[in-house]
Amino acid sequence: MTDSKTVLKVISAVSTKIKEKEDYLTELDKPIGDSDHGINMARGFTAVDAKLPLLEDKDIGTILKTVGMTLVSTVGGASGPLYGTAFMRAGMAVGSKTEISTDDFLNLMDAAAAGVKQRGHAEPEDATMLDAIIPALDAMKKAAEAGKTPKEMLTLGTAAAKKGAAHTAGLVAKKGRASYLGERGIGHIDPGAASFALMVEAATETIV
Amino acid sequence: MMAPDAKMAPAGGLENGALGTSFEKVQHAIESVYSDDGVLVLVDMGSAVMTTQMVLEMMPDKKVEMADCPLVEGAVLAAMDAVGNMPMEEIQKDLTSVRTAKKF
Repeated sequence: MTDSKTVLKVISAVSTKIKEKEDYLTELDKPIGDSDHGINMARGFTAVDAKLPLLEDKDIGTILKTVGMTLVSTVGGASGPLYGTAFMRAGMAVGSKTEISTDDFLNLMDAAAAGVKQRGHAEPEDATMLDAIIPALDAMKKAAEAGKTPKEMLTLGTAAAKKGAAHTAGLVAKKGRASYLGERGIGHIDPGAASFALMVEAATETIV
Repeated sequence: MMAPDAKMAPAGGLENGALGTSFEKVQHAIESVYSDDGVLVLVDMGSAVMTTQMVLEMMPDKKVEMADCPLVEGAVLAAMDAVGNMPMEEIQKDLTSVRTAKKF
């Protein structure tokens, strides 16, 4: 499905998208969080940008693990360890491959999702990034089974992630700072779910 | 205070002092006070808990644990116990006594 070079392009595209949407993500975080999700993620991905030239000849596992480690070392908020774990587990699942199949990709996404779940102890419908990750993964698996192309699969994944993120607005948060607000959090999209949807969107835009 | 020789290292906040948790700050703090008697890490807030868990996962052969107790009250008690040479396991038990103590 893809190779090391393209993975680096995807990460660069994710970074650009996250930095472009920094204000949007921070705005989402103001009513229900510490008002720093955008700031934190932008800081994390700026640090990731600096690592990309050093990863040019590395395998996909190393690339993803380095991204993960960089995020947990620089993001600063809860999304640091959450996305950090996601990327690191994805990297561990892929190992030293320099090319991956669609199956490999879904495998690494499974590992990433499991990592987020294990790290944050969230369940579906807790109004967290999992509520974007799980629907996206389900949609992509179905697309792959139906024989869709990688581009089609990612497009469906993006739509599902965005739908999942929007859905969090109707949920009472059970995790994170928003969980202190209870019902008052209704009507607000979870920033982590929104940032994940942006990531999948960036990946979709990069893959031809 | 009562335990001036206690080996403690602060590890809160980001490098620039902003709210959050720095993986490296936590890691360096643990290493700066580490001995075979072990290290207890007191945490508050989700990012601190999860980041510290990741730091600990990367040092599996070191004797480090997180302590679930109030940050300040727990730190004072743990420091006193440590200076009194209480073993780490006993300190953890002691800290459970302040976990639910009412403040007023």
